[in-house]
Amino acid sequence: MPATISISQPQQRQFNPYSENGGTILAIAGADFSVIAGDTRQSEGYSIQTRYAPKVFQLTDKAVLAVNGFAADGNMFVKKVRQRLEWYRHAHAKDMPLRAIARLIQTMLYARRFFPFYVYNILGGIEEDGTGAVYSFDPVGSYEREACRAAGAAQSLVQPFLDNQIYFKNQTAAPGTSHPVHLPLSTVLSLVIDSFTSATERHIEVGDGLEMYVVLAKGSTAFQTLGGVRGIQELTATEDGEKVFIIRRELKKD
Amino acid sequence: MPMERILSPNDPITAPKMPSLPASSTHITGTSVLAIKFKDGIMMAADNLASYGSLARFKDMQRLQAVGEHTVIGAGGDMSDFQYIQAMLDELIIDEFTAQDGHSLGPAEIHEYLAQVMYARRSKMNPLWNAILVGGVKDGKRIWKINLVLPPRRFLSFVDLLGTTYSASTLATGYGAHIAQPLLRTAVEGKEDILTAEDALKILEQSMKVLYYRDARSIDKYQVATITARGISISESRRLETSWSFAEGIRGYGAQTQ
Amino acid sequence: MFRNTYDSDNTVFSPQGRLHQVEYALEAVKQGSAAVGLRSKTHSVLLALKRSTGELASYQQKMFRIDEHVGIAIAGLTSDARVLSNFMRQQAMSSKMVFNRPIPVNRLVSTIADKAQVNTQEYGRRPYGVGFLVIGQDQTGPHLYEFSPSGNSYEYYAMSIGARSQSAKTYLEKHYESFEDASLEDLIRHGLHALRETLQQDKELTINNTSIGLVGPASAHETNVPPSGPFRILEGDVVQPFLDTMIPKDTGAAAPAPAAAGDEDVQMAG
Repeated sequence: MPATISISQPQQRQFNPYSENGGTILAIAGADFSVIAGDTRQSEGYSIQTRYAPKVFQLTDKAVLAVNGFAADGNMFVKKVRQRLEWYRHAHAKDMPLRAIARLIQTMLYARRFFPFYVYNILGGIEEDGTGAVYSFDPVGSYEREACRAAGAAQSLVQPFLDNQIYFKNQTAAPGTSHPVHLPLSTVLSLVIDSFTSATERHIEVGDGLEMYVVLAKGSTAFQTLGGVRGIQELTATEDGEKVFIIRRELKKD
Repeated sequence: MPMERILSPNDPITAPKMPSLPASSTHITGTSVLAIKFKDGIMMAADNLASYGSLARFKDMQRLQAVGEHTVIGAGGDMSDFQYIQAMLDELIIDEFTAQDGHSLGPAEIHEYLAQVMYARRSKMNPLWNAILVGGVKDGKRIWKINLVLPPRRFLSFVDLLGTTYSASTLATGYGAHIAQPLLRTAVEGKEDILTAEDALKILEQSMKVLYYRDARSIDKYQVATITARGISISESRRLETSWSFAEGIRGYGAQTQ
Repeated sequence: MFRNTYDSDNTVFSPQGRLHQVEYALEAVKQGSAAVGLRSKTHSVLLALKRSTGELASYQQKMFRIDEHVGIAIAGLTSDARVLSNFMRQQAMSSKMVFNRPIPVNRLVSTIADKAQVNTQEYGRRPYGVGFLVIGQDQTGPHLYEFSPSGNSYEYYAMSIGARSQSAKTYLEKHYESFEDASLEDLIRHGLHALRETLQQDKELTINNTSIGLVGPASAHETNVPPSGPFRILEGDVVQPFLDTMIPKDTGAAAPAPAAAGDEDVQMAG
């Protein structure tokens, strides 16, 4: 094709309704607890927009949602999920169970199949049977329950690390022993912190701050572990049920 | 599922309907807006130029606007869209005022409203082509149980044509995000509760000057808005003092001697 | 049943300048069981008498949560109340979505009052057959409002609606000056005393027929209340400690003022 044609063609500027705002989120389920974490940097291209923009949100006393991708979509999506949960409370005078929130999120995402929320969601919390759970979603609603999941800018750095440390991939148990099915909370918290410090080292879009939410099942023994944790804060709205905590850490800012 | 598949522009099913915009969708544009927190509130600055492409078309454009008693907004990008936003917010404030019931919209509420409008317009593929800073001070929450009123709270936040929002103690739009923001962060971060209005003005002045030296779509005439618990003041236009004598010796600026 | 000449269409005034359909709607409120509301400097409370249609039936719902900071007690047609409370919930949610601000209580009440007024003026409509007591807290403190089908709304220190509510009102009018500085426990006790006045001769307040709704910091008798003191409804066993605070009625005293009744002398509110 002659070059002249492309020059004479009218230039069409297309509006791109999406952007990528960096950052990484991750969640790990324990036997009777769940940890949901995300860094707090928000960026666009090479610019850091802010060092503190939360990506992890408490929905109820047993559910925490992490959103990553296009920040405007993420914030709007969380707002809409919260509205639906409020209507559920009006109708049933209780919080929506975790697995129901997971299905709700899939429905809400798929409703926008042809103009998607550009958001990767990870939902963590406690199921009705008291087990720790993690649900992960793609932007159009495909989802599954897992033991752990990383998403966002540094997914490709963090997920293989978790596969190795949580699922014991490429590790052989010592003769006569087997790998544990669930890890204790102290180990999980260390893994989360290591994941983010490592991602901060190697990925320019990750850093500044780390927010880790811990959801404990009713009467979870992991409660003892949290006693000595520095700067921990309880967010539980009501007693006599699941408990929610937040732990904040600094990450490198370069 | 990979995002490329989900959003593929070639896929007749998945491609969102994108109305084509005219060759130049923005005609009259404004450049950077800067804002910082200081001890008593928020200070914001923007120059008075509205460009028509590379032409310095209007040199007395107001890009800072008070919205109610506690808030100032400053905009870069399309000036007609910004003026539409101003009219919209003015109406909103009048409605709120006429209620006369002791409630008024603070900076946080105005920012949320703006973000919703911007996001709704981007979702209709018909965005308001702006990047806007919202700054203000509003009295803190009242705790009725012990009859305590918390001290006034500073608010500073960003919203753009995509509906993207964020807040920080220093914010800048456009070129300012690249050129001024690092200077502002160095000068302000960690000192938000120490800096006086005088300090804040000096910091903004310096950054405006750097922008004027490097941003070809800027001008040396600008305004500064100060928002404290006592109210809002938007200055008259003022001039930047700049010196171009150094240009003499630079190849490509002054008369060439060889 | 009685009938007036100018009552088949709510948009037509009677020669006396009255809208009979609206007045009948106000009657519907008076047929509902009573609800009482009171306000102090720190709290607003609602108390309502739940009726049961019989031994085999459950007690009717008298209170609805609208938002974190607002709740209502109703008297009249429950089905109309559900429609209106749903509308209030939508309004509250929209304020959160658009401004990230809990809706000011007075504005929420104004929206339903405006909605009710339309039904008193447009052809082919009927007024709502329900009245509300609305409590809530916002930037300007705790509030109590009355909403009625006529489209009126007023703010009160204390108010009662529903069957025999005049008796409760008489009690409230006698004691309201002490409400401002009253503790939550005292406020609720006054509310229960007022509500008691609306009971039929042989009835008393029990954990089954009494609902308490409130906003503001937790009472000594409550557990599990977040520090923000959101709207909550107390029913069943948790009501008992409050009933226990009541001072037994002086049986020797004169009978309470008879409830305003008689179909002919209904006065239009406002």
